[in-house]
Amino acid sequence: MFIPVTLQLLDGFWESLKVFLLTLAFSLPLGLIVCFGSMSKFSPLKALIKCFVWVIRGTPLMLQLIIIFYGPGLLFDLPAMPRFTATIVAFAINYACYFSEIYRGGIESIAKGQYEAGQVLGLTKGQIFFKIVLPQVIKRIMAPMSNEVITLVKDTSLARIISVYEIIWAGESFIKKGLLWPLFYTGAFYLLFNGGLTLLFGYIEKKLNYYRG
Amino acid sequence: MALLEVKNIKKSFGKTEVLKGVSFTLEKGQVLAIIGSSGSGKTTLLRSLNFLETPDEGEILVGGKQLFSAGVKYTDDQVRENRLHFGLVFQNFNLFPHYNVLENITLAPNLLNIASPEENKVTAMHLLEQVGLADRANAYPYQLSGGQQQRVAIARAWAMHPEVLCFDEPTSALDPELTGEVLRVIKGLKGEDRTMIVVTHEMDFAKSVADVIIYMADGVIEEMGTPEEVFDHPKSEKTRAFLQGFHESY
Repeated sequence: MFIPVTLQLLDGFWESLKVFLLTLAFSLPLGLIVCFGSMSKFSPLKALIKCFVWVIRGTPLMLQLIIIFYGPGLLFDLPAMPRFTATIVAFAINYACYFSEIYRGGIESIAKGQYEAGQVLGLTKGQIFFKIVLPQVIKRIMAPMSNEVITLVKDTSLARIISVYEIIWAGESFIKKGLLWPLFYTGAFYLLFNGGLTLLFGYIEKKLNYYRG
Repeated sequence: MALLEVKNIKKSFGKTEVLKGVSFTLEKGQVLAIIGSSGSGKTTLLRSLNFLETPDEGEILVGGKQLFSAGVKYTDDQVRENRLHFGLVFQNFNLFPHYNVLENITLAPNLLNIASPEENKVTAMHLLEQVGLADRANAYPYQLSGGQQQRVAIARAWAMHPEVLCFDEPTSALDPELTGEVLRVIKGLKGEDRTMIVVTHEMDFAKSVADVIIYMADGVIEEMGTPEEVFDHPKSEKTRAFLQGFHESY
C-alpha cells in the first residue's frame, strides 16, 4: 500500500505546491505596493490601506476564502470564480498584507542618511529605493520572511474549505478505505518541504552576510 | 562674478527660526570655513545649499544662474539637477554598507551615465589614489576605520564633479587620532582649485586652509572675513567670546 498511497499524496502535494508558488509569485510584489500605500503621504489612501490590512490580518484566512469564493454569487448574483482561482486570490491578498508589514518595518529601519546620501549625489527616488534602500531591506527582513513563507506552506491546507484538492484531502480520503496512517504521513511531506525551505533561507542569509549594517 | 551667491536665506523649524537671513558670496576656487557653536544654523545652511532643506526665504545662485528662489515650486527633477552643482560630505559618512568602496564611488556616476562604466571606474580608482585608499577598493565600509570611510565619502562626492563641495563637520564623528588624515585629504583638494565650504570645529584647520571664514551665531553671520581678520582681529564681541572659549577649552 505504501507506494500507491505515496503517489496519491504526491499528487495532492503538487496541488498544495501550486497554491504555495502562485501565492508567493503574486503576494511578494503586491505586498510592496500595499506597503507603499500604507506609507503614503496622502493620508486618505494611507488610512484606507491601513484599514484594509487591519481587516485582512484581523480575520481568519479560512473566512476570507469562503467570502471570496461564495461572496460574489450570494451578494451580487455574479458567476463564481473557479475554486482554484479564488484560492489564489484569497491567499495572495492575505499574504500581501502580512508581507507589506514586514517590508514596512524593513524600510523604516533604513537610516535617513542613506536616502540623503543618494539625494545629494543626484539620484532619482527610484534609483535610491531600488539601488540603495531595497537591497539593505532584503537582508534585514530575511528572518521574518522565512517565518511567513513557512507558515504559508502549512496554510495551503486551508484551501480545501472551498473544495480545492490538496495533500490533507488526499490523506483523509484513505480513511474511508479504513486507512488512518496516510493522514499522518502527510505531515512528513510538510516537514521535508519546510526543512528544505529552512536550508534555503539559511543559505540566502549566509550569502547576504558579506556586509554588515 | 562670484561662483556662489547666497541671498537672505531664512529657515524656521516650527517656531524656531534657525536661519535669520544669511547672505554671502564665494569666488571660484575659494575655500570657505564656517565656524560657530552648535545650534547656530551652520548645518541647516549647508543642507539648504544641497536642497535637503527648503529655505522659507532667499535665493541661491551658482555661476549667475538662479537655482533656488523661495516660493517657486520646483519639480523633483529640477531639484535633482540643481543638487548636481553641489556635493555634500556628511558628518556620519553615510556610505552604502552593501557596496564595496569602488561601487560606492561609481554608483551615482554609473546610474547617471556621467561616463562609460569603464571610464567611471578609472576615475574612481584615480580618486581613491588621491585619498590614499586605492588598495582598499574592494573592501566594504564595515571593514574600514572611520577616517578611511570619510575619505571614501569624499571621493564619492568628488566623483560627481560638483562645482561646490560641502563638508558638514567631516571630522566630528571621528576619534581624534583619525581627524588628521581626513583634514589632509581636504587640504589636498584645495590645490585642485576646488570651491569648498567646510563647516568645522577644527579652528587650526580652518585657519590654515580657508580663504574666507564665516562665524555664525544665532542664525546670522556674525562675522565674515579672511582668517587673519576673524581669528586675529575679530570685530564682534560675540566672535571674540567664541574664540576665547575655544582657546580655554583646549
